[in-house]
Amino acid sequence: MISFIAQRIAKAIIVLLALVVLNFFLIRMAPGDPAVVMAGEAGAGDQLFIAQLREKFGLDQPLPVQLFLYVKGILSLDLGFSFRQQMPVSKLILDRLPATLLLTGTAFAISLAFGILFGALAARFAGTWADTAITIAALIFYATPLFWVALMAILLFSVTMDWLPSFGYETVGAGYTGLPHVLDVAAHLILPATTIGLFFMATYARMTRASMLEVNRLDFVKTARAKGLSDTVIQRRHVLRNALLPVVTLAGLQAGTLVGGAVLTETVFAWPGIGRLMYEALLQRDYNLLLGVFVVCSAMVLAFNLITDLVYRSVDPRIEFAS
Amino acid sequence: MKQASRVLLRNPGGMIGIAILVIAVAVALFGPLLFPTSPWRMVQRPFLPPFTLSGFPLGTDALGRDVMAGIIYGARVSLLVGLISTLASLAVGIPLGATAGYFGGKVDDALMRFTEFFQTVPSFALAIVLVAIMQPSIVSIVAAIAIVSWPPVARLVRGEVLSLRTREYVQAAVVTGQTNWWIIWREILPNALSPVIVLASLMVATAILLESSLSFLGLGDPNLMSWGYMVGAGRTVIRQAWWITVFPGIAILVSVLALNLIGEGLNDALNPRLAKGGR
Repeated sequence: MISFIAQRIAKAIIVLLALVVLNFFLIRMAPGDPAVVMAGEAGAGDQLFIAQLREKFGLDQPLPVQLFLYVKGILSLDLGFSFRQQMPVSKLILDRLPATLLLTGTAFAISLAFGILFGALAARFAGTWADTAITIAALIFYATPLFWVALMAILLFSVTMDWLPSFGYETVGAGYTGLPHVLDVAAHLILPATTIGLFFMATYARMTRASMLEVNRLDFVKTARAKGLSDTVIQRRHVLRNALLPVVTLAGLQAGTLVGGAVLTETVFAWPGIGRLMYEALLQRDYNLLLGVFVVCSAMVLAFNLITDLVYRSVDPRIEFAS
Repeated sequence: MKQASRVLLRNPGGMIGIAILVIAVAVALFGPLLFPTSPWRMVQRPFLPPFTLSGFPLGTDALGRDVMAGIIYGARVSLLVGLISTLASLAVGIPLGATAGYFGGKVDDALMRFTEFFQTVPSFALAIVLVAIMQPSIVSIVAAIAIVSWPPVARLVRGEVLSLRTREYVQAAVVTGQTNWWIIWREILPNALSPVIVLASLMVATAILLESSLSFLGLGDPNLMSWGYMVGAGRTVIRQAWWITVFPGIAILVSVLALNLIGEGLNDALNPRLAKGGR
């Protein structure tokens, strides 16, 4: 077990390093000489200043040395400087991270809970109108672009019915504290979290349904039935439990997709997370910030995958993690 | 194959999908003939509501451009990007997966680590970064979508090749002294095709979603009208003019849904073994 964990962590570190190297070359590929861009941002374009900048940031060094400096910087959590926002990239990201974690965490919980519930219902009543309705709804949400769901949610629940706020993290200037503050944030959270949640809910519902129907045909279910257990008990205790493994595996693998969902949803709802930050960086062509967000997201996905891997190992000892 | 197409034709979802796709392709091919005016031209007053003027059934946008014309021209971009980027992903994924599966050992290890790396990186975020760096254009969008979409193809093909290479007819080809590439190309790949076809049809759908998301964020080709761009442009005026965002979104939804239905129909038709239990 220990060697397994060590192996997994070593592998994750290698992937992380590869990621940082990729990021370095992407930054170098970005249009414009970084020193000239920086000088432009600072409002001074003379050659001496540019040369100074080049020296200060090691841009006059040979490429391998620059790469080394870059990796060294990232290991000490230095992701560069955003000249547009006049702040270190790592600080900008850290400020925005909690909002994104709240949003994606809530969306993940909603989608898993309701996805499994609807999938189980569809499987339990396979072939009836309830199954058909759930299957069709899942098909539709699976095919709908996230940003459009977000806009339709705003149109329906904010503009037409005026039930929920359509943008931001909290009511600006309201100055709530304590419970009212929590409720205020929750009200702002509902639409964006449900938007992301719907897509994943569709995925999990389809998967749960298929997986349960598959388990239903196995022999131990027949045994349970022969023992005279009620259908509900069989479905809940025997079938669902065994059918969940592929669903949870899929959920664990989708952390990366969740990041993409966060970028689109945060953009529409002006949710102050790193997805929105990525969009802002994009609008301003702030490549340092853009790639900083990218590398942080990737590292988080990597960490999440690692944790799921380890959790499975302890949950289900049958899983073989050879090599 | 004949039997497979018969099964597909009996699948109601698949049939609906095919019908929608045929209409979408027809719109993409012939629509611009019916609507010769460029979708970028201002043709009426801004914010003309839909169903009010006969020439402009879906109304106009904030600049007075025809929404209907935008949707028709956008169909070209969406379908084309979906198709070409899928072909590009196949062009990367099939040789890579086949090489890994056929030669095994260290080659397999190295190629699969490489593939896993691309699967770990959040794909939409990588696509954004790539298009932003290469500058938005139809070429960079197709390239970015292909770069983030090939890994599943490589893994699928590798698995298929791995199981096919021990078959007797492949052994026979080896004995007769055929070269490795000839065996892969002529003996193995044709037999590994059906799951790849299923995956490819689903990938076109994903590619259309990716393209529309990129365009929505302002990373579309600035010279081409696309559905994602239209939704993005209408976003800020959604309170005054719902139709600018609603109709292009429906166009995306319907096309992606059609392709998913076709993919599932194909899956049932080509892998009858899997289809029985309900997916």
